[in-house]
Amino acid sequence: MSGTTLPAVDVVLVGFGWTGAMLGQELVQAGLKVLALERGAWRDTSNDFAVTFAQDELRYYYRHALFEEPSQGTITFRNTPSQHALPMRELGSFLPATGTGGAGVHWNGQTWRFLPSDFKVRSHNEQRYGALDPDMTVQDWGVTYDDLEPYYDKFEYLCGISGQAGNLNGEMVPGGNPFEGPRRRGYPNPPLDMTYSPELFRKAAHDLGLHPFTAPAANMSQPYTNWLGVRLGQCTYCGFCEKFGCGNYSKSSPQTTIHPVLLDNPDFELRTNSTVLRVLTDSTGKRATGVLYVDDQGNEYRQPAEIVVLCAYAYHNTHLMLLSGIGQPYSPESGKGALGRNYAYQVVSGVDLFFDKDKVFNPFIGAGALGVAIDDYNGDNFDHSGLGFIGGGYICLWNTNGRPIETQRVPPGTPKWGAKWKRAVAENYMSSASISTHGAVMSHRSNYLDLDPNYRNIHGQPLLRMTFDFKDNEHRLSDYLTDQAARVGKAMNPKQVHAKYRKGNYSIVPYQTTHNTGGTAMGADPSTSVVNPYLQSWDVPNLFVMGASVFPQNPGYNPTGTIGALTYWSANAIINRYLKSPGPLMQT
Amino acid sequence: MANRKPTVLNRRSLLTGAFAVSALGGAALARSPQPPDFDPGNRFRPDEADAPAPVTGERYVFFSQEEAALMAALLDRIIPADDLGPGADEAGVTFFLDRQLSGGFGAGQSYYMQGPWSSGTKQQGYQTRLTPAQLYRTAIAGIEKHAQAHYGKSFADLDASQQDAIVTALEHHDVDLNGAPRDQFFSLLLTNASEGYFADPLYGGNRNMAGWKMLGFPGAHYDYRPYVAQHNKRLSIPPAGIYGGPAWENGK
Ligand SMILES: Cc1cc2nc3c(=O)[nH]c(=O)nc-3n(C[C@H](O)[C@H](O)[C@H](O)COP(=O)(O)OP(=O)(O)OC[C@H]3O[C@@H](n4cnc5c(N)ncnc54)[C@H](O)[C@@H]3O)c2cc1C
Ligand code: SF4
Repeated sequence: MSGTTLPAVDVVLVGFGWTGAMLGQELVQAGLKVLALERGAWRDTSNDFAVTFAQDELRYYYRHALFEEPSQGTITFRNTPSQHALPMRELGSFLPATGTGGAGVHWNGQTWRFLPSDFKVRSHNEQRYGALDPDMTVQDWGVTYDDLEPYYDKFEYLCGISGQAGNLNGEMVPGGNPFEGPRRRGYPNPPLDMTYSPELFRKAAHDLGLHPFTAPAANMSQPYTNWLGVRLGQCTYCGFCEKFGCGNYSKSSPQTTIHPVLLDNPDFELRTNSTVLRVLTDSTGKRATGVLYVDDQGNEYRQPAEIVVLCAYAYHNTHLMLLSGIGQPYSPESGKGALGRNYAYQVVSGVDLFFDKDKVFNPFIGAGALGVAIDDYNGDNFDHSGLGFIGGGYICLWNTNGRPIETQRVPPGTPKWGAKWKRAVAENYMSSASISTHGAVMSHRSNYLDLDPNYRNIHGQPLLRMTFDFKDNEHRLSDYLTDQAARVGKAMNPKQVHAKYRKGNYSIVPYQTTHNTGGTAMGADPSTSVVNPYLQSWDVPNLFVMGASVFPQNPGYNPTGTIGALTYWSANAIINRYLKSPGPLMQT
Repeated sequence: MANRKPTVLNRRSLLTGAFAVSALGGAALARSPQPPDFDPGNRFRPDEADAPAPVTGERYVFFSQEEAALMAALLDRIIPADDLGPGADEAGVTFFLDRQLSGGFGAGQSYYMQGPWSSGTKQQGYQTRLTPAQLYRTAIAGIEKHAQAHYGKSFADLDASQQDAIVTALEHHDVDLNGAPRDQFFSLLLTNASEGYFADPLYGGNRNMAGWKMLGFPGAHYDYRPYVAQHNKRLSIPPAGIYGGPAWENGK
């Protein structure tokens, strides 16, 4: 087989984004020699997104300076198994990262915990509402909120999340989210200061009897030193946050929370420009021997390791498993096979609000996670009887940015070009706002990932094929959330409300979220999961998988809070159980 | 072998690096001390962060004279001059687009451009084998042919209402663009026009920050902490670009 064989390490991490950095730090601290292979370039604040040039809308968002390039490899996409999948030739619906720090560099920092009931979606909903649609392949996680609570806490204190607790050990705290699971202590930082339009939302929601709170943010409300001793500065509300790197060391990212300590550790090594092609296994197929990777000159290397961890981002993890021939690929016809099964996403919608000119919102004063939210319509926080769907989502008035290419709100009926368009853009810039809904996607029999038979990446490997569409549950859920958002919007007394319902088939063209989930689902049953509740492969016990690919379905929140908690939960199992007796952490 | 283990940067290079020119200013720096940063091995040169290169020159490098005249007229119908601000061409949008199409964007550098080719559904997005530069070149020829066929004149020489009629036809995908995908072209045109009008002036458009002034967008400012709590107040923050602001240049 090709490739120079390199000296062995204890652990090889595939990908060096959020999960790679968290796990790397935990494992070197436990005394292991850890190597991270990152396909992209080295990235740091002062060189790649310094305050002197980070605020460049064209370069970073419209020309995708920090994102993965489809030219290197992309996915193919179709809505249904009967369609012919075609390559996603340019980025759109989601913006996967490449480079040190991964998407942690250019995320918003909206940092949530899932609800206790989210981890028991099947059993909880069946118990309360009866049998679910048989095509809905949702399942319990095999881990509970209480299991994860200490690890949520650990991630939040790594990041320095700014927020207001709502449930402290069962005691309700005014101003916080009353629906959240109990937390052991408050957030490490107070909530961010708030701009005008989210305050109007807070008041309107409150007057309607709802429970608004300042959303939890990985943007620092004050300078912060985390438990690794790494310091972050105060957020300046620059409004170039999501899709951009923070020039200020104010947004939690691998760079601003872990790298300074981890990269200084002699037991840790990072190799950038190193793309892992597959996981290598021995002749039994039950043990990973390392990985095969290629550098940017095209040289191939075999990197032996005792433990292999996939930290390559949700659908790349699934892709690597498929390319490595580990696990049984899912078939929508038979329903058999767990690998690639339960791919899910997020269903989002918006409600635009247009106010009279005497309202001045200064939308450019923003941060990635600056906003006021309600959680009254998330998960099972409300009675779903007769509604025809399960799950929900949060509703939030985010004030992330007023970047003028991206954020042009015009009333419905405005032409797309010409003098009327220009006037509408200019007149509404200061006096409009949007409420977003952030809906759950329940897994479905015909939404899945597998290898494409026709298209290949630059390494000659088959592309990953994504088959995905919004189903009835998503449409009903999203319409319901949009109605509720519009109701709060109206209560804010704008002159016009424009509810933009999510209609029709899922499209990969407009940006929605980079919240791809599933494909290597976790669970307690190996016939419907790829990894056990400790994120360990059922088939290859020295292979672990981190990230949202392990979500069996996607709740109505952004994923990274839970990704962080799961990573620390798994790290704990690796260090305290696996290392002592390497082998399956759960018997099949 | 690509072994790029970063090592800790020393205090001196830290100061000669980007922090020395931090827009946060001394006071903010003192309040929020910065964590150590790293030397990214062979890529790092103090004082040489990966800053963007401003466009140079004045002549068109992608468009021919005729193409530029058509594009200037077309863009001026998308974003016409009025009391709110200059038209697209005066704001540099034609020039911006010329530079964009002559570079990596025009070449579709980051796009997946391997076959087989097939048109697909709307949900599957961009499926043409034309790069953005080729798409424009092909479409421009189609628009000119359409103008000649319907009005016997070049697009650039038509009056505004005739041009608007053609833009409307483009929007409804009623103009044969020599086979180029009509929906792709029109949506790209609108996006690129907006980019040219509102992007940082270093890319050649948004001249005198006219697009930003029209909105009241302060541009590349980085610290709004003093303003967060000033609700419902019109702020007069003069706009600044990445390489400065007009106010700094002409001493206004
Ligand atoms: C614009 C944007 C906004 C977001 N906002 C939020 C938010 O507000 N809240 C939230 O919770 N989440 C948000 N997210 C999602 C969040 O960024 C991700 O959940 C998080 O980064 C996932 O961590 P990860 O380690 O799984 O993947 P990443 O952080 O993306 O890291 C994966 C790394 O693996 C590397 N890699 C991939 N394949 C290979 C290979 N074959 N070989 C070697 N290396 C490889 C990649 O280059 C990358 O660096 C956002 C994402 C984006 C893009
Ligand atoms: S809004 Fe705050 S956290 Fe986000 S990039 Fe700007 S300064 Fe950083």
